[in-house]
Amino acid sequence: MSTWDDRRPARTPGMSAKEEILARVRTALAAPRRDDVTTYADVPRAYQRADDKQETGTDPGKVRDVLVQRLEDYTTVVHRTTEPAAAAAIAQALDGAGSVVVPRGIPGEWTQGLDAQLLTDDGTLSAHQLDEVDAVLTGCHTAIALTGTLVLRGDELCGRRAITLVPDRHVVVVRAEQVVLGVPKGIERMGEDPGAPWTMISGPSATSDIELDRVEGVHGPRRLEVVLIEPEQPAGDEPSTKEKQG
Amino acid sequence: MSREGRMDTVDLGMPAVRPQHASPSSHLRGTRGFPAAARDALGDEVLRGNLTYATATIQAKRASVVREMRDWQKLRDAGSALKWHVTDHLPELLEQLEASVTAAGGTVHWARDAEEAGEIVTRLTLERGAQDVLKVKSMATQEIGLNETLAHAGVRVIESDLAELIVQLAGDAPSHILVPAIHRNRAQIREIFLQAMPDIDPEITDDPAALAGAARRFLRERFLDMEQSVAISGANFAVADTGTLVVVESEGNGRMCLTLPRTLISVVGIEKIVPSFQDLEVFLQLLPRSSTGERMNPYTTLFTGVAEGDGPQEFHLVLLDNGRSAVLEDPEGRSALHCIRCSACLNVCPVYQRTGGHAYGSTYPGPIGAILSPQMTGVSDPEDPNATLPYASSLCGACYDVCPVKIDIPSILVHLRAKEVDQRREARGQFRGTWDVAMKGAGRLMSSPRAYDAAVRSAGPLSRVLPGENIGRLPGVLPLVPGWTDHRDLPHPGQSFRSWWAAREKHSAATDQQPGARDEPEQPKAPRSGSGTDRTAQNGGEA
Repeated sequence: MSTWDDRRPARTPGMSAKEEILARVRTALAAPRRDDVTTYADVPRAYQRADDKQETGTDPGKVRDVLVQRLEDYTTVVHRTTEPAAAAAIAQALDGAGSVVVPRGIPGEWTQGLDAQLLTDDGTLSAHQLDEVDAVLTGCHTAIALTGTLVLRGDELCGRRAITLVPDRHVVVVRAEQVVLGVPKGIERMGEDPGAPWTMISGPSATSDIELDRVEGVHGPRRLEVVLIEPEQPAGDEPSTKEKQG
Repeated sequence: MSREGRMDTVDLGMPAVRPQHASPSSHLRGTRGFPAAARDALGDEVLRGNLTYATATIQAKRASVVREMRDWQKLRDAGSALKWHVTDHLPELLEQLEASVTAAGGTVHWARDAEEAGEIVTRLTLERGAQDVLKVKSMATQEIGLNETLAHAGVRVIESDLAELIVQLAGDAPSHILVPAIHRNRAQIREIFLQAMPDIDPEITDDPAALAGAARRFLRERFLDMEQSVAISGANFAVADTGTLVVVESEGNGRMCLTLPRTLISVVGIEKIVPSFQDLEVFLQLLPRSSTGERMNPYTTLFTGVAEGDGPQEFHLVLLDNGRSAVLEDPEGRSALHCIRCSACLNVCPVYQRTGGHAYGSTYPGPIGAILSPQMTGVSDPEDPNATLPYASSLCGACYDVCPVKIDIPSILVHLRAKEVDQRREARGQFRGTWDVAMKGAGRLMSSPRAYDAAVRSAGPLSRVLPGENIGRLPGVLPLVPGWTDHRDLPHPGQSFRSWWAAREKHSAATDQQPGARDEPEQPKAPRSGSGTDRTAQNGGEA
């Protein structure tokens, strides 16, 4: 009855799909737009970038406070500790886990005195085997304070992606020098090795698909704990400051 | 500057290749127009209740996390400019993306339309002997009906996103970009699971945590068995300079599909490009806050081609046109392709809030769908259901205010309406439709003060012969109000402004000597505003 439903898109004989799509786009873009064509240099970068003074000038201790507050905001358990006490804090975070998988490159001190079967990943553990493991312990590449994001790179410290995905508990060790304030600084650090596999984690796996009720723990680890190793300081600055975000 | 570059390439003596609309098989068009479909949706009480709750909740969350960002407007400016840059330089950026993905060990395929994309994915899947494939929720694969295509070839597709799983198990269509099962409540979902999951505990309650747990168990077995298998995903961003693909998600099903299988196939629209890796600093701030109202979504995966010993050992990228080139052809409408699928415009839209997504008939519902779908499919006939979509809006502008990349949806809606009217006029000849007759009649009437005065003065007395408080639906033959009264009650016109004014002048001339006792003749029911000092504004209102 109508003509609207039977016109199939035409293909040009003798042209590859790539040639044809590019030619279509070029034809389409030949119709000029009212404004000027935007070149990359035209993009306004007035937002807070990695070199913003809030990023570079904020006291690192305050930045860590923001990180802790944001992590706790989505129910992550944070253990604030110092280098000498790190092993104890890690053991506490892994309490109750019978078996723990770790990537090859984590410092030996982290697992000293750990009362669990330690599996160092050599890349051969299958997904099913990982499913039998109670917990995974990794380092971190970058932690973004304002969003409470832990950034893992597929390397010796954070492991291949499967080991931080299948086990049900994930303990991440964050060092003070890995903490940045905002997303731009985080991306800048990731950009030093853009080709690596990257995983950004902001809270435990969650869904709001059923009547928008937030349910935690769908497919990823249901428990996420962070051990934050801070420089030793005389002051006990435990409470998080009410830092207003920008 | 680069425009000339483009011209050169077009003029190389090749036959002019026209942009093409999407394949008719795409899920971009319903079977009937928006008004008819909306009427049914409005009658569904469960749907309306769920929608009201959902859209209000997400809107409030979005507003609060956007408020914490001091540089939000500047981020929007950057996001918009980056998207314009991508559109303006799309051919070069696409070739750059192909080169960087290939250099990183991936294989790039180009798909002109839904059929070609379906063929590529089906071939890749069958060649690898996969019976089952796991899928991450993706708008592009929904648009091209990939699940149906694969099912036709005997491949079973398992949706791994909870909402998509609900929709799939129910044999349903998604109704929201972000929360596709928003039209189902927990009791309905429990029923669906009981029917479709073989090992489910029959005593399961309708607690969302219990239902999510059932889905976790159901899918986990499939995830863990994937190691020799194939997974299919879309992508939120494709970085041209590094070949990195970015998938933003919450549940972890995306990570499962992007990490565990041997082969990964990603179907990505050609507009998803981001020029450089560093530009993710803009979009990874804009998207989560606009979409789920979180500072950052729980999981974001960035991968570049193939990484040895980590994740899929084979990666295929399918770049999809399917009507996107046709959207680009209209300079006034092409920014619809800038959409990053956050769905903020759906949640603020007074029309979407009431009708939900199904009424739009397309994979892309809501305000963005109303400008994207008709441009992708083209509207070649006034009877085309997608011809009604640009009218599925009150033009309130809320969608533009929340759009993270500043797509001027209201202006594009108006532009598409104008195109549609022009097209209709062309199809039917000048002054044939009732609308044109009415406009011409009104034009005559209004060009003569005397005729206009007579007409409006007679409207009041005439309408009193009609029954009821208001004037309801009028027969369509009345040319002055074609269609208007189908959806709206028209109050009985009382006094015309002109007769009110004449009476007022007479009255005030008579009472001019006693200024304190000014009494207005027969106040029209204008809403009172302010302190009442601005008499003209008040009284002129609705007479």
